[in-house]
Amino acid sequence: MSELEHVIEMVGITKEFGNFRANDNIHLDLRKGEIHALLGENGAGKSTLMNILSGLLEPTSGEIKVNGKTVKISSPDVANELGIGMVHQHFMLVDKFTVAENIMLGREKTKFGYIDRKKAEKEIQALSDQYGLKVDPSARIENISVGMQQRVEILKTLYRGADILIFDEPTGVLTPQEIKELMGIMMKLINEGKSIILITHKLDEIKQVANRCTVIRRGKSIDTVDVASTSQQGLADMMVGRTVSFKVDKKPANPKGTVLKVKDLTVKETRGFDAVKSISFEVQAGEILGIAGVDGNGQSELIQALTGLTKSSSGTIELAGKNVTNLKPRKITESGLGHIPEDRQKFGLVLPMSLEENIALQTYYQKPFSNHGFLNYKEIKVHAKRLIEEFDVRTPSEEHTAASLSGGNQQKAIIAREVDRDPALLIAAQPTRGLDVGAIEYIHSRLVELRDNGKAVLLMSYELDEVMNVSDRIAVMYDGKIIAIVNAKDTNESELGLLMAGVSLNDAKEQVEGKEKEKDAVDSTT
Amino acid sequence: MQLIRQHKSFLSGLIVPLTSILFGFIFGAILMLAFGYNPILAYQAMIVSVFQSPYFIGEALRQATALTFTGLGFALAFQAGFFNIGIAGQALAGWVSAVWFALAFPDLPRIVLVTLSLIIGLIIGALWASIAGFLRAYFGTSEVIVSIMLNYTALQITNYLIRNVLSESGNSTERVGENANMGFAWLSALTQNSRLNVGFFIAIIVVILYWVFMTKTTAGFEIRAVGLNASASRYAGMSAEKNIILSMFLSGALAGLGGAVHGLGTFGNIFTQGGLPDIGFNGIAVALLGLGNPIGIFFSSILFGVLNIGAGFMPNQAGVPDEMANIVIAAIIFFVGANYIIRYFLDKIAAKKEVTNSASQGGDV
Repeated sequence: MSELEHVIEMVGITKEFGNFRANDNIHLDLRKGEIHALLGENGAGKSTLMNILSGLLEPTSGEIKVNGKTVKISSPDVANELGIGMVHQHFMLVDKFTVAENIMLGREKTKFGYIDRKKAEKEIQALSDQYGLKVDPSARIENISVGMQQRVEILKTLYRGADILIFDEPTGVLTPQEIKELMGIMMKLINEGKSIILITHKLDEIKQVANRCTVIRRGKSIDTVDVASTSQQGLADMMVGRTVSFKVDKKPANPKGTVLKVKDLTVKETRGFDAVKSISFEVQAGEILGIAGVDGNGQSELIQALTGLTKSSSGTIELAGKNVTNLKPRKITESGLGHIPEDRQKFGLVLPMSLEENIALQTYYQKPFSNHGFLNYKEIKVHAKRLIEEFDVRTPSEEHTAASLSGGNQQKAIIAREVDRDPALLIAAQPTRGLDVGAIEYIHSRLVELRDNGKAVLLMSYELDEVMNVSDRIAVMYDGKIIAIVNAKDTNESELGLLMAGVSLNDAKEQVEGKEKEKDAVDSTT
Repeated sequence: MQLIRQHKSFLSGLIVPLTSILFGFIFGAILMLAFGYNPILAYQAMIVSVFQSPYFIGEALRQATALTFTGLGFALAFQAGFFNIGIAGQALAGWVSAVWFALAFPDLPRIVLVTLSLIIGLIIGALWASIAGFLRAYFGTSEVIVSIMLNYTALQITNYLIRNVLSESGNSTERVGENANMGFAWLSALTQNSRLNVGFFIAIIVVILYWVFMTKTTAGFEIRAVGLNASASRYAGMSAEKNIILSMFLSGALAGLGGAVHGLGTFGNIFTQGGLPDIGFNGIAVALLGLGNPIGIFFSSILFGVLNIGAGFMPNQAGVPDEMANIVIAAIIFFVGANYIIRYFLDKIAAKKEVTNSASQGGDV
């Protein structure tokens, strides 16, 4: 070990909150010039560990060495001086400021008391060129894409002299193309002598870029492995502590009868532009229709219109034979809609309320949960307890607030509430966003189970894998339109990728075939 | 574990209002010392004197009665996420309309006249507040600005009515007749002719009704849900417009009832007002001190009633001018407000801690 230079060694780190151990004797070492993945389920203790490293938390016990010297990282400033920089999951940028202004923020270069913008912009441009970030220092944050904003965050850490970069779930908000580019940037950073800790629970990303991987489970470091010699399955099993199934087990779909019929639907977004442009499609009972597409191509607006949260400007929506176009959300819900919203904390739950109240959020006004306007807490409790049991929501009790649950358990509570109402159509928008493989596996199997029980499921997701694995048919959205609807078993990732980029189905098929022929030709010559 | 947590949150819930009261008294004491007065003597005069005489206990409770109504009124809108700063105007509207009705129908049987007068006050207060609710629901105007403006509108209309309609260019109306009297002979006897009246018992009933409404009814559930997360409430099919208007209506109803009880029970008439009635803004302070809890609001009201009445003793018994008493009251209100802000941040920190803690505990999905 000692022949390899360690830039960071965390030895026996323990962090206690009251009598709860978030980190329990964790070991982590980062070699110079490597990408080291930190893998663990939600709540396994990754964030706590990284907060310790970036100076936001102090460990209860344990030792941290940076470049071989024992250090005490008592504040983020100290971490900064030690060359540790964090690229946050949620960007901390001022929308109205330019890239350069954001990067300078708190570190302004001044000349006679005036901010020397020119000099800063020049330095930032140089850094951007050095690492191939292609960032325009004079652009305003509000005018650049999410992927670019992330690069600004990366630049910010570099500008402050970071040699060790911590990436916290960096790909959650990115499109597949942006993810690819980010991976390239990370490789470039390594080549320029930086070292990276990558926090993630996406196994394919680890396989793509990481050299080694430390797995954390329930606050303990389980093992550190070489990524090249470990399979994705092996990593997943280590993380969860049991064998995980990736492939969604499902029989062929057995569609029967239209449940949702959308015709020429047009929806405006908040600024008045058409976000959904005259879309038509159907979802059958007993099938899962996936909606694929890069974020921002009208998927959210489509779902908001289907669920009544936004009004459509033209077209019709028929649910279970009933015209529900522009009805109030409750009327649509009562017509047989279940909805797992995209933003579970904003729309799905009232976080400060108890779990039992949240589970009754859609049905509180109906018998037996209320009677003549009075709530029947006895029934609400019995019902909540049954669902908590049935859907395995991990909580100390049904009286705890929804806020006190982990993301996966919050999502399970929402799914329990929506599925239990036995809706004819379940709309699941990004149902597994930010969840770990164990929870994802569970949610996928629930969706398939619903389908097998003869319900219609509309699954919207930005994760291509998810759409491909779970859906029976896939509708690809691009620029507010459905560009193609394909059968999940007849398509592949490259074809969907091209469709998501706006290439027509015929062209996509040709291109994919062309590539395969090329590959065959190469294979046969070697 | 859960018991401990609940116990802890109950205690920490009490700590906030108690510290603001303490800070208010300490601030007042420092000020008195700085001006060469004896704070111990002053506070003794303020508090002990009230409890030495049944009359002043009665008066303190009478004062608390009106504050309970206005405090509950403010708290209700606040729980739905609205800041009804128009409580004072709504109370005034309730006051003038109740007195007007009582003057117009002096011959109705006593129980009918009192009941109807109070109901009229309640309805007018409710409608007055609904203007702000309606504008907010359908035009998105800020309920704060609209209800501030409605405060002054109510003030001017009331003064106009007193001068031109309810009296002949006088500055006050006649006293209402005996059939609109809210007093009880036994209650007056018990408190040596204080103006404590049936309103106090109505207030206790309303405290209970408020609690039942907020925690046991579907309408209360909706108001709480909307206040805590408007987006999720809309997702769950609750009508934003309905809840805005309903919560402002009920808030104004409580304020109007408070004004009516104050007007009939305390004064028996209405006189031209130089400014908005104190029970409005003190009601907001009471609601914040009581942390929106009806029982808490009831006890905060009693505290404010005692302070208000007790302040009258400070000049005579401790040589501290009236103004000083007002400063102490103002300081408590200030610390209530400041503590609300502090509490807001404390809660945020605590919530964050709890989330990270429990996320790590329950993360093994």
